[in-house]
Amino acid sequence: MAFCIRAAIAGLAAGLVLAVYGCTTSGGGSARADLRRPDASASVLPVLHREDMLWLERVSFGLDSATVADYRRLGRARFLDAQLHPGDASLPAPIAAQIDAMEISHAQPEAWLAAVRAQYKAINALPDGPEREQARKLLNEHGNKLAYEATRRELLRAVYSPSQLQEQMVWFWLNHFSVYQHKANLRWLVGDYMETAIRPHALGHFKDLVMATLEHPAMLEYLDNNQNAAGHVNENYARELMELHTLGVGGGYTQQDVQQLALVLTGVGIDTGNPPRLKPEMQALYRHRGGFEFNPARHDFSHKTLLGHAIDGQGFAEVDHAIALIVSQPACARYISRQLAIYFVADDPPPALVERMADTFMHTDGDIAAVLRTLFSAHGLDASLGEKFKDPMRFVVSSVRFAYDGRPISNARPLLNWLNSLGEAPFGRQTPDGYPMTESEWASSGQMSRRFEIARAIGSGNARLFDAEDASSAVPAAGFPQLSNRLYFEAVEPFLLAKTREALNRANSPQEWNTFLLSSPDFSYE
Amino acid sequence: MNNRSLDRMNRRQLLQYGGAALVGLSSSLRLYASPVSGPRFLLVFLRGGYDSTNLLIPYSSPYYYEARPHIAIPKPEPGSNTSALALNADWALAPAVRDTIGAMYLQREVAFIPFVGTEDLSRSHFETQDSVELGQPLSGRRDYRSGFLGRLSAVLNGSTNGSASISFTDALPLAFEGGATVPNLSLKNVGNAPFDDRQSRILSDMYSGHHLEPMVSNGLELRHEVAQEMADEMKAANRGAINTKGFELEAERMGILMRDKYRIGFIDVGGWDTHVGEGAAQGALPTNLASLGRGLQTFSQTLGAEWKNTVVVVLSEFGRTFRENGNRGTDHGHGTVYWVLGGSINGGTIAGEQQAVTRQALFQDRDYPVLNDYRAVLGGMFQSLWGLNGDQSARIFAQKAPIDLKLV
Repeated sequence: MAFCIRAAIAGLAAGLVLAVYGCTTSGGGSARADLRRPDASASVLPVLHREDMLWLERVSFGLDSATVADYRRLGRARFLDAQLHPGDASLPAPIAAQIDAMEISHAQPEAWLAAVRAQYKAINALPDGPEREQARKLLNEHGNKLAYEATRRELLRAVYSPSQLQEQMVWFWLNHFSVYQHKANLRWLVGDYMETAIRPHALGHFKDLVMATLEHPAMLEYLDNNQNAAGHVNENYARELMELHTLGVGGGYTQQDVQQLALVLTGVGIDTGNPPRLKPEMQALYRHRGGFEFNPARHDFSHKTLLGHAIDGQGFAEVDHAIALIVSQPACARYISRQLAIYFVADDPPPALVERMADTFMHTDGDIAAVLRTLFSAHGLDASLGEKFKDPMRFVVSSVRFAYDGRPISNARPLLNWLNSLGEAPFGRQTPDGYPMTESEWASSGQMSRRFEIARAIGSGNARLFDAEDASSAVPAAGFPQLSNRLYFEAVEPFLLAKTREALNRANSPQEWNTFLLSSPDFSYE
Repeated sequence: MNNRSLDRMNRRQLLQYGGAALVGLSSSLRLYASPVSGPRFLLVFLRGGYDSTNLLIPYSSPYYYEARPHIAIPKPEPGSNTSALALNADWALAPAVRDTIGAMYLQREVAFIPFVGTEDLSRSHFETQDSVELGQPLSGRRDYRSGFLGRLSAVLNGSTNGSASISFTDALPLAFEGGATVPNLSLKNVGNAPFDDRQSRILSDMYSGHHLEPMVSNGLELRHEVAQEMADEMKAANRGAINTKGFELEAERMGILMRDKYRIGFIDVGGWDTHVGEGAAQGALPTNLASLGRGLQTFSQTLGAEWKNTVVVVLSEFGRTFRENGNRGTDHGHGTVYWVLGGSINGGTIAGEQQAVTRQALFQDRDYPVLNDYRAVLGGMFQSLWGLNGDQSARIFAQKAPIDLKLV
């Protein structure tokens, strides 16, 4: 059977595609039986059902052979365990090497910040002229390079990491605690923000995640808390911290609470490398780490009342107190559970499911893995399978995962370009609310036809994914991927919609067949 | 009643009858249906805060020349074809757009509104661009799902007027948030349609009966028809090949689409954040302005007879500092200058509240003040263009009474 397809496609002509189709339909039953023959690894799940595959698509960034094999080997429960508590993910060696070669893998953000500050100073001291312009350009290019590396690393992990749920959560939280790379010096910080603030806590405790973002210069710069000081209060971060990060609109806080939290957050800012001169009694209260700084001289030590609770003026301990208070609110449990359910389940998730997740959140002190276990174990999930529209990130990553199935790409720029053209540039959301995760935001007419163009670029092998990153070498067209492969017949073909089958049947070439498959509703929904 | 307002009345009546006939057509048919004649509106958003003071030059102000020792544009020279163009005793137009926008101004097809802008004082691009696009009162909570063009589209769709909105951008801008299903397509690279008829049909068929069917078929048709229109346009003997580039090329494509299909359009143009070395009569800013001017002129010409029914507003999130900075550029400011263009507007004028440009008149001793609220100004134009009632106007710009500057 497999030979029949390969032979047909290799010797392709328009007429032969019909032969392929004939092959798959007439011989389909035996082909599937053949593929499901237990091999040496002794499949736990000899038969894959539609629900299995759709569930797996939700947990992961899309199907590839390795993920499907893991699922078969472990079964749903053990697979979920492994995904909720991943060890050190082993990336394919060429991908690990690419990441290791990145500048962001070997530097400290505070060192960069200091260097950038010094360079801006030096540039501003230069007289007008080409030299100054050149220096400015070089500095800019460096920032762009670092921000691109951060994006590239995230994309490579999303495509290749076996810890797929962890990668989805990194993406989810990056978007939840969204920062915008083009503000101030953020391009030098986003890689570290992802690596040290988001990633370690992506499946951990929600409070730790909030604190890690709060203590990161990227967030403090982005939402202006570095300018929040006693006597010059800036409420921006305090407001978004409750509105977007924890409690949600209508989460039971008032304008008074925003102002009080802003006072709590006074003095929380960025370490400029010049420690402040502090009175002796203040020195013990000073903190700094990795570009973050708490400067007690800028802090408002007055007594505060937040969400009805008294907070005495005592320095950074007030922040710990305030965040603990906020994340223990039932409103926070509900809001975070609902955001997770919107991303993983449905644009308007079942309230009963959200309530179950919120219960878990409350009883586990905000254990994200536990909340996700409730989500993925929920009966509510089955009803929504196949109905969730992939946002551009999921669409692009799942396309590459499916089409190239573990084969290491060398050039991630096309992925970034696709995300840009679909309107979901990583670190590119200007507003602090993050990208919406609902279908209506991504299914405009322009975005649908763009999706099809991307499907064609991938399906026809013209995407330059195997060129060198720096464009120093362009690999001659590597040919198009063979999408009608074992993974397809095992995990996709049996469940295709009738109209998708009709479209595939009308394809004139394997490239076109690939394009239609990746353009199909089967592929845009999970 | 002068001819222009007669014109306008007929336009409205026509639109009402014509619009009624459109109701009930499928979305894909509507896309191809020849629109009845009616008002068209294009919003051009200059992202980055363009230096309006070097576009509309307050040449009667000695302080202008004092505050900009390196980047001030010299006064208009009588008899010169290349100096700034005097528009009246106080204002002159940058030489970079003299042959395009200047010529249209003399034809009364262009007006400027100085001292216009928002109440937003953040001087942040991102804050203020959002403010503008959302068009909501600043005092309330921001609703990021509701932009003013989205609300305008909804108001027009809700009446018998009908509207076909389009954004000439990669993604739908905040301004169109909340407006049903507004199509979007960047016209930078339209090239050949990616799919031929057969492939498009197969893709559409794959979604037939699916709730995304209209988006899929509209998207493919739009992409196809744009490529087709552009190909036809290139073949048209009277036009020769399109040899324009950049914004001018996009503007020509927009002109074709708005002439034939669409009523409300949006495009953004970047590159205006001139902190460093912006130039005076020549340089970075004038180069950008010249390209913009050529584009808008091309747009007007491409619209042909429909230019009479079209209004274009060019705006930016804020103006820039009145004084030049230490880098021969300007920093984020406040009040700015909006452009209003159209084939039958009451142009050739500097509109709205104004005051003499002196140091004392500057807002916070650095920027143009905002004497004309942009929501009131745009609200007034929409009211007049589409004959909206008070309720409809209030749905677009809540808590802001429209001001009729009598431009449209």
